[in-house]
Amino acid sequence: MAILVIAEHDNKTLKKATLNALAAAQKIGGDIDVLVAGHQIKDVTVGGVRKILQADAPHLADFLAENVASVVLGISKGYSHILAPSTSNGKNILPRVAALLDVQQISDIVAVESADTFVRPIYAGNALATVKSKDPIKVITVRTTAFDAVSGSGSAPVEAISAGNDSGLSSFVGREVSKSERPELTAAKIIVSGGRGMANGENFKKVLEPLADKLGAAMGASRAAVDAGFVPNDWQVGQTGKIVAPDLYIAVGISGAIQHLAGMKDSRVIVAINKDEEAPIFQVADYGLVGDLFQLVPAVVEELKK
Amino acid sequence: MKILVAVKRVVDFNVKVRVKPDGTGVETANVKMSMNPFDEIAVEEAVRLKEAGAAIEIIAVSCGPAACQETLRTALAIGADRAILVESSEELQPLAVSKILKSVVEREKPNLVILGKQAIDDDCNQTGQMLAALLGWAQATFASKVKLSPEKAEVTREVDGGLETDSVKLPAVITTDLRLNEPRYVTLPNIMKAKKKALETLKPDALGVDVSPRLQTLKVTEPPKRKAGAKVPDAKTLVEKLRNEAKVL
Ligand SMILES: Cc1cc2nc3c(=O)[nH]c(=O)nc-3n(C[C@H](O)[C@H](O)[C@H](O)COP(=O)(O)OP(=O)(O)OC[C@H]3O[C@@H](n4cnc5c(N)ncnc54)[C@H](O)[C@@H]3O)c2cc1C
Ligand SMILES: Nc1ncnc2c1ncn2[C@@H]1O[C@H](COP(=O)(O)O)[C@@H](O)[C@H]1O
Repeated sequence: MAILVIAEHDNKTLKKATLNALAAAQKIGGDIDVLVAGHQIKDVTVGGVRKILQADAPHLADFLAENVASVVLGISKGYSHILAPSTSNGKNILPRVAALLDVQQISDIVAVESADTFVRPIYAGNALATVKSKDPIKVITVRTTAFDAVSGSGSAPVEAISAGNDSGLSSFVGREVSKSERPELTAAKIIVSGGRGMANGENFKKVLEPLADKLGAAMGASRAAVDAGFVPNDWQVGQTGKIVAPDLYIAVGISGAIQHLAGMKDSRVIVAINKDEEAPIFQVADYGLVGDLFQLVPAVVEELKK
Repeated sequence: MKILVAVKRVVDFNVKVRVKPDGTGVETANVKMSMNPFDEIAVEEAVRLKEAGAAIEIIAVSCGPAACQETLRTALAIGADRAILVESSEELQPLAVSKILKSVVEREKPNLVILGKQAIDDDCNQTGQMLAALLGWAQATFASKVKLSPEKAEVTREVDGGLETDSVKLPAVITTDLRLNEPRYVTLPNIMKAKKKALETLKPDALGVDVSPRLQTLKVTEPPKRKAGAKVPDAKTLVEKLRNEAKVL
């Protein structure tokens, strides 16, 4: 049995999500190879695996699904399992691989029961399904918060593989990256999230940022805050946004709809600040502070300075 | 051009689902069902493209039990022109759905297929990508903006780091994200009109598609419950507790 893990990277560094997917691969057991598909790949390396397969070509620079899927397909024969982290790239690429292999993908696993049986959340995490795959190759995306990252230190031998051809079906036009000095949302130890209660984008800066700064936290948001244009789309935490599980999650002016809870209820400690004492967020919060966020958040910042 | 839209009937997003005591699934009897919210966005987008003169016909497709007719009528009320139900009482997993949709695409020859990025019941996020793969088409997933021209679509996509724009050759598959549009409310006159629109029913067998599930669900359980903690009176107590009790600071 050998397992292929598709690396998440930006051609320069390996993203931590890969290390979570590697942890899931280790639970399955067997030799593990890591595929790094990209262009002008530098220092994207990892240890503790059999080898790193590197496909380097201009048409892989932006991880277009059509092109990456065909690279994966080209090497799929040698593997019993193909895994990718549930990042936007993983979700984009892997079902394409699965369909071409005539395999029913298993999305977003949170536990490995055996080599063919996995646990995955359904209905916004309100239920957990244990599913057994009958397909000869298991194609799996991994919920990163459910598996502690392996260390990945060192570097396995690198083997260059064929990058295939450009499909010509799609091309990359541009990217609007939200620039931030803050830790990445999915890798942060502390997250400060704001909802519709923040009232506007300016308040995220004036009221919430000082708290995040003080804590060295990443910033997140509810769908309502993103839809209203307060903050960028990639801040959305939830069933259909990012799944996070930091040590501390502070929800400010967020009611706690099931779709939001789906994305943060596995955080170690949850704090809620909301003026409505009946807000459902308090049902999952370890510490609740009832009152006006515009008074309470600055007060918390003051206390933290002491 | 012709646009095909895939719509799934799911448990309404407002329902808090309950796991059946025997662990075989979740309770769906007497539960409100609706169109998957991402699919409403898909239908809305198709209708807007038609209203803008970029499309001439919109066909809504749903796969599942006879009750999916309701979902298709909603799509027709939003503005789809006709509907196809591929009726099956089997559990249809994304690979099976994508195979059904592929055969419908081969029959209808649309230039664009729009699906939701994710069904909120199975949370799979697979079907659109699979369909594109089976057809050998380009895919643009998680769309928040679509600019359509006769030969290609320029699609802005919601990705982990922000936004990314890709250009895809037509025919192509697009899957919708939340910010693509805000679906209109269906009006009574449009619901009445929708009743007169054509709704055709097909069977997977007739399409030559094997829909047997590849994943066997062994059991469905409730996730561990999180206990509600305590309210704290003020900011000072909160910070104290975070420091000394929870030890997260
Ligand atoms: C298909 C689908 C997918 C979805 N996916 C997601 C998702 O991934 N993530 C997500 O978050 N949501 C998602 N949602 C939306 C979800 O259902 C809720 O609508 C959303 O989470 C609500 O956001 P909110 O809590 O910020 O807003 P609201 O529910 O409006 O809550 C605002 C809260 O702020 C409080 N408040 C207001 N002013 C103050 C003040 N001055 N001080 C203190 N408190 C104040 C109010 O008491 C209230 O509790 C999805 C919905 C659908 C249909
Ligand atoms: N049974 C179905 N009938 C019609 N469309 C479906 C069906 N299942 C999935 N889809 C489409 O595929 C999208 C993604 O579903 P999924 O891959 O299950 O998360 C949905 O938003 C629908 O557009």
